[in-house]
Amino acid sequence: MSDSNGHKEAMDSAGFPPYTDYALGAPVTDAKAPDGPIAERWDRRRFEAKLVNPANRRKHTVIVVGTGLAGGAAGATLAEQGYHVVQFCYQDSPRRAHSIAAQGGINAAKNYRNDGDSIHRLFYDTVKGGDFRARESNVHRLAQVSVEIIDQCVAQGVPFAREYGGLLDTRSFGGVQVSRTFYARGQTGQQLLLGAYQALSRQIGAGNVELHPRTEMLDLLVVAGRARGIVARDLVTGRIDTYFADAVVLASGGYGNVFYLSTNAMNSNATAVWRAHRRGAYFANPCFTQIHPTCIPRTGDHQSKLTLMSESLRNDGRIWVPKAKGDTRPAAEIPEDERDYYLERIYPAFGNLVPRDIASRAAKNVCDEGRGVGPGGQGVYLDFADAIARMGRAAVEEKYGNLFDMYERITAENPYEVPMRIYPAVHYTMGGLWVDYDLQTTVPGLFAIGEANFSDHGANRLGASALMQGLADGYFVLPSTINDYLARNPHRADEEGVNAEHPAVQEAVADTEDRLNLLLAVDGDRTPDSFHRELGEIMWEYCGMARTDAGLRKALELIPRLREEFWRRIKVPGTGEEFNQSLEKANRIVDYFELAELMCLDALHRAESCGGHFREESQTPDGEAARQDEAFSYAAAWEFTGTGAAPVLHKEDLVFEYVHPTQRSYA
Amino acid sequence: MAVTGLAMLAYLVAHMLGNLKIFFGSGDFNGYAHWLRTIGEPVLHHEWFLWLARVGLVVAVVLHAVAAYQLSRRDIAARPAKYERKRRRASYATRTMRWGGIILGLFIVWHLLDLTTLTVNPRAEAGHPYENVVASFRTWYSGALYIVAMLALGLHIRHGFWSAAQTLGAGSARRDRLFKALANGLALLLTCGFIAVPVAVMTGAVS
Amino acid sequence: MKLTLRVWRQRTPEAEGAMATYEVDGISADMSFLEMLDTLNEELILAGDDPVAFDHDCREGICGACSLVINGEAHGPERTTTCQLHMRSFRDGDTIDIEPWRAAAFPVVRDLVVDRSAFDRVIQAGGYVSVPTGAAPEAHATPVPKADADFAFEHAECIGCGACVAACPNGSAMLFTSAKVNHLNVLPQGAPERESRVLDMVEAMDAEGFGGCTNTGECAVACPKGIPLPSIAAMNREYLRATMRGR
Repeated sequence: MSDSNGHKEAMDSAGFPPYTDYALGAPVTDAKAPDGPIAERWDRRRFEAKLVNPANRRKHTVIVVGTGLAGGAAGATLAEQGYHVVQFCYQDSPRRAHSIAAQGGINAAKNYRNDGDSIHRLFYDTVKGGDFRARESNVHRLAQVSVEIIDQCVAQGVPFAREYGGLLDTRSFGGVQVSRTFYARGQTGQQLLLGAYQALSRQIGAGNVELHPRTEMLDLLVVAGRARGIVARDLVTGRIDTYFADAVVLASGGYGNVFYLSTNAMNSNATAVWRAHRRGAYFANPCFTQIHPTCIPRTGDHQSKLTLMSESLRNDGRIWVPKAKGDTRPAAEIPEDERDYYLERIYPAFGNLVPRDIASRAAKNVCDEGRGVGPGGQGVYLDFADAIARMGRAAVEEKYGNLFDMYERITAENPYEVPMRIYPAVHYTMGGLWVDYDLQTTVPGLFAIGEANFSDHGANRLGASALMQGLADGYFVLPSTINDYLARNPHRADEEGVNAEHPAVQEAVADTEDRLNLLLAVDGDRTPDSFHRELGEIMWEYCGMARTDAGLRKALELIPRLREEFWRRIKVPGTGEEFNQSLEKANRIVDYFELAELMCLDALHRAESCGGHFREESQTPDGEAARQDEAFSYAAAWEFTGTGAAPVLHKEDLVFEYVHPTQRSYA
Repeated sequence: MAVTGLAMLAYLVAHMLGNLKIFFGSGDFNGYAHWLRTIGEPVLHHEWFLWLARVGLVVAVVLHAVAAYQLSRRDIAARPAKYERKRRRASYATRTMRWGGIILGLFIVWHLLDLTTLTVNPRAEAGHPYENVVASFRTWYSGALYIVAMLALGLHIRHGFWSAAQTLGAGSARRDRLFKALANGLALLLTCGFIAVPVAVMTGAVS
Repeated sequence: MKLTLRVWRQRTPEAEGAMATYEVDGISADMSFLEMLDTLNEELILAGDDPVAFDHDCREGICGACSLVINGEAHGPERTTTCQLHMRSFRDGDTIDIEPWRAAAFPVVRDLVVDRSAFDRVIQAGGYVSVPTGAAPEAHATPVPKADADFAFEHAECIGCGACVAACPNGSAMLFTSAKVNHLNVLPQGAPERESRVLDMVEAMDAEGFGGCTNTGECAVACPKGIPLPSIAAMNREYLRATMRGR
């Protein structure tokens, strides 16, 4: 099915040397999106979908991996529909999934402000914001469903911010011109997640959902070409078990932790999606990662994770660095004419409010020039002195008090008196398992929802859209589309002879056990974290905010070497039959190595800049990202062929019927 | 705990006010004691009200103690392992509720033996409460015991009253300060009011 | 800075545990408390020892996973979660005691990790609004007075970390339970299940083996999210109201 020469086309047309370590496969031609007017497609799909008789639903088991916004919502909704749901999370409770850390808000095209918003505008903004690398049909559905999400969450008791009249408050977010972002102070993710968690808890209490907390999926069971269950490890006892189902839903989140330092939770990982990829699910656009500009800089080598601060700070803070290189004077001693308010200088129209990717890259550039501030020179100032002078300290406190407190707790610096220091950090991954319009992967019966799939954000995600997509997938999209699959494939796993004795199942279990045993057996001299940190440094250096052909090739040399060293020198204490956090970490790193390679390869092959993916070779004369639509207007879906082996690229061409691609400009 | 506690608290306020009549002299005090036995007449027989009150109080004390016992058992079971190191932030009054309650229970027994049954009162004479009180507090240990018990009572009320308000759902963020102030006021008032009598006897102000 | 750590080590739920003493050096004041433990664990692994197991995840104070009693205080000396506690709160040469949450309802899993699934079961008993997906009315159909919305939010902030139980000398979960009861019961959306919610949740809480409340106030002092103590009184009010009305 692969054509080892075909990939040259794209590279040649972009004017870069061909890269030989992948093969070009057949394009993806059917993403199952219905045709017809875009506003009617979702209705059509739902009408054309076959339904499962309510009486038959309880006979079907659906596995859901993850309990974040997407997984929690899906588990609850499927159980409400009558399915028997078996759900997994690695945390001790479903309430702790990392969706909880989202601060800003959730978009919805309610148009409560009467400010010109509409479903079509949200659709348009999302396609454009994604730099024209998302599927129009999916994005339009997302915008449609957004309206229902707010209704659902309010009914669940999510305490959104309200005005004195008792109606919901909204704000404008991420440079969008309408106020469509609903929020619950700086804890919107937490409140939405608790809403989903409560709905899920209700179903657990009713016996409709069988929950396995502290249980991590380690492999996907594919029998006769269909997803039939998972292999999972009980993290407390170390017991490896198989769980069978008629469909498997992955809602295991993004893979930002490949970079070691990110705003993701410490244990967020890519193992579920990567193992699914190894079992046949294509992985799409892995190089599309989002770097958030306003994070607290690292303080030293001990740093274990980075903390995001809401982007809203850029509404009133001014970003600057000293004009001179290596200027180590305290901020207060640097006179006004020796400061470079570089965003205001380079982008006079948008100033400090340029999109995330532009703000991030500009910060990296000034730091690379040696003008960064703080320890290690990896930071820029975000200064509120003018805002305090203009609005008064009380007004600033009212608006940003909780963020200032958080900053002070972490850094021990008072941002009312000295400027904050910020630096970009990996925050979200737009890439993920390739899914069709039904959110089904290329493995029949395997679905991916939320950040785990690639579908809706293209090359860049807009602020307050991650929560929207996770809940749209979990509450509304998947529960509709999965019916169609189950109705067309009514034979249950047990009816088709899928059980623990099946050779494919035994092979998967043995594979998992072997991997863990090998990790324990090496008994080398380096800790899991030391490898993870080193991999992260490679990725941040060569596959971070700005990427080059040479850098990516370098990374593709370094990563296999590090992986080889890993298998020689890794040291995992303890045994596999106990609570062993080092073993958990080491096993996740095994998958990070392979994923990191694919990310670099994807970044290398996509010799254009788009959204969060910036290739230095592809920029406009004034240094902005230059898309190459003729060569790269497709989603890159990668097929796994073996560790270290050349993967196969399948292109899904993106057709834009409603939003016509234009080059972004913020100057 | 809250309901029985509040019932006993109400009784204590009346008891303390009655005690203070001792400052008006033997006639007043003994007359008051006699009147207590006639409340409700002629509907109630002589001393019936007193006995009803006594039964009510015994029931309250017993229920209070039983509830405390059950709660303590449950609380100790809920926390089987102790911390190697624990920094307590609750007030002294809060932390002494359990032992303070036991001390008060023992004191009530002593108090009844001393001034109701007169069993342990050295110069007791039934029907002469004023003289019995004075006689009791003239012995240093009796007075000291009483004062210590009343201090324990103050602490118990200080946490108990506020706690009862919480348990009965009367507390709120807005009323919290009010209930704390009321609890402190009641504790202070009752402690001072009760202690005034032995102090007066021991200093010779009442004799 | 150089520190002496006394850490609770317990291999399995059934095993006997004990405090073990470790020295760590080169600790920076900018480290978070958990990064200090990371440093210890890296050394332990290289020395061939088992690293100290502890729960942690988001490390930004919102997921509620971290759960250490530090020098006798749940989450340590600052009013925050353990992950947001920084080493600048300690001094060179300090001895720091680190213990797990201790309560019958939170059995130790390993070292500093405890099982808090009892909290989940309390929520499962009634900590929700029964509104299946798709059944929701238009969001603006029911305005909520801002004061009620704010009250609900204040209680919805609970992160379910269990510090309230750990700090309570009675191992009581009243603050946790009251936070969810108050969050949902004040909202019009939660009104239809107002009585059954509080009765069922309190019943589940008692069945899990949490202790009774003696209003010591330790819970609210330990709560990293500032759930106020009167929250318990408000739940008691709901409980009495529900009892009087019957289910």
